[in-house]
Amino acid sequence: MKTQLNAGTVVTVLAVAGLLALPLYSALSGNIFVLTLFTRIVILALAAASLNLIMGYGGMMSFGHAAYLGIGGYAVGILAQEGIGSGFIQFPVALSASALFALVIGALSLRTRGVYFIMITLAFAQMAYYVASGLARYGGDDGLTIYKRSDFSGLINLSNRAQFYYFCLALLLATVFLIWRIVNSRFGMVVRGLRSNEQRMQAIGFPAKRYQLVCFVIAGTLCGLAGALLANNTDFVSPAVMYWTRSGDLMVMVILGGMGTLFGPVIGAVVYLLLEELLSQITEYWALIMGPLLLLIVLFGRGGIMGVLGRLSRG
Amino acid sequence: MLLVVEQILNGLQFGLLLFLLAAGLTLVFGIMDLVNLAHGSLYMMGAYFAATFVAWTGNFLLGALLALGATLVLGIVLEFTTLRHLYGRDHLDHVLATFGLILFFNEAVRLIWGPAGLALQLPDWLTVPVPILPGIHYPAYRLAIIAVALLVALLLYLGVMRTRVGMLIRAGASNREMIGALGINIKLLYTLVFGLGAALAGLAGLMQAPILTVQIGMGENILILAFVVIVIGGIGSIRGAFLAAILVGLIDTLGRAFLPNLLRQILSSAAASTAAPALSSMLIYLLMAIVLVVRPEGLFPAARR
Repeated sequence: MKTQLNAGTVVTVLAVAGLLALPLYSALSGNIFVLTLFTRIVILALAAASLNLIMGYGGMMSFGHAAYLGIGGYAVGILAQEGIGSGFIQFPVALSASALFALVIGALSLRTRGVYFIMITLAFAQMAYYVASGLARYGGDDGLTIYKRSDFSGLINLSNRAQFYYFCLALLLATVFLIWRIVNSRFGMVVRGLRSNEQRMQAIGFPAKRYQLVCFVIAGTLCGLAGALLANNTDFVSPAVMYWTRSGDLMVMVILGGMGTLFGPVIGAVVYLLLEELLSQITEYWALIMGPLLLLIVLFGRGGIMGVLGRLSRG
Repeated sequence: MLLVVEQILNGLQFGLLLFLLAAGLTLVFGIMDLVNLAHGSLYMMGAYFAATFVAWTGNFLLGALLALGATLVLGIVLEFTTLRHLYGRDHLDHVLATFGLILFFNEAVRLIWGPAGLALQLPDWLTVPVPILPGIHYPAYRLAIIAVALLVALLLYLGVMRTRVGMLIRAGASNREMIGALGINIKLLYTLVFGLGAALAGLAGLMQAPILTVQIGMGENILILAFVVIVIGGIGSIRGAFLAAILVGLIDTLGRAFLPNLLRQILSSAAASTAAPALSSMLIYLLMAIVLVVRPEGLFPAARR
């Protein structure tokens, strides 16, 4: 939490500066694709940051976090389909639907721990996946095309690439700020304490499950926001965004960047998605390189990128 | 009546297949404490090996045997090169590393065999319908799957409960330091167990290959089901995996077969035909969630450590 001048901080500052300046580069170079790509990266970074709140700080290894991406996305998609285009309705609905889902599955899942927790969150996400596949009215397996992006009545125009990008980036930075405030609050201290030693915290007299549940719901809600943005970015939502491999992707981003660090998931998302993009330009078989790379990161890169940077700067 | 018997047999066959996968998974999990997401990849490799070797040798049984051997070797190589470095690490590390392995295997398969699926032709003597009850026929191949899987389950039970190696495996599951201190080569034992699990996954894959298309990603769906099985059965328990696998196989198959008609009696026909597939896919996850909430240690947990 200390802000000392180390390699991690430098990389973070550079990354944020880069993200802020990106539309400028895009405008000057005329490269529109890069802006679309980075909008996606920023949105998934938001999702990864929300996962980090429960995984990194709370010690709750959710393997079903992509479910909220779908729930947020479907809230936008279904409302748009039914003729409610206002973002002032769509986004609150997306957030509350995600919060409600998180509340229900969190209350059940938190009765278990360890691998069982990983598995039960996975099971719930798979259930959500199958529910979405069964929504015949809203495209079923094929997904739902969103013909009109969320309308914020002239305040922000999501169809404008640069505006949409900055909207997402602002929400990402706000989310990271919120998470920073949460983990350093009394509430966050308790949640982090529960990760270290749940028994001791309970012995002191904290209602462990209630704290964890609230944390779980906050993370789910934030990821629902990412889902609503993602649906707007792709103009499309399908059950595939909830598939368990997507939850795996989010976990990879968090761990790659550095679990339990504030900006780690953001860095992780940028690196992971850029790597995917670059490798897929070099070769069609990019996963052939990506797979072993993940393995190496697990074997040798403890603490992810932030962990490695931290060790570097300590010499 | 005919349909019911047939679907129950289908469910049994699917459940036994799940057991082959789940047995390896639960052994590796219970003994090495390793969460191996790449187990489904071994299943896929078994199917691809079988399709290749059968086409190559022109003989189904020979090809299947070669595929089994190849998966066993692959499993041992995998354990030796990468997975053994993950023992004792956090479960999250396992998830991440084996997630990477899935990516690798899927892509390697696409590189070697191409993106299109393969088909595995059955020999004629396995395609004939066999009369099982008066007036009821069932495909010989599916009966063969049931027989082979039951045989393997029996051998596995005898092997783990009645042989010296099995005793060491069980001892390793309950206390790895102690068994190491007693002079047992625990590393070799682990490699052996992993190879066994890989071979079982390969067997499941190659037996399933003629029924489904052999394709990339075929391991992922069934892997999740196998995880559901071991969670319902109780992690580390082979007996639990067996019972849970059959339970899951029956529920899944019967749900898919009969739920649409059941729903049609309550809902309108259109609503039922859209809701039924989603609902029947959800059934086993629902079962798992209920089991985890009511009995988090599983229905048939391994003996207390």
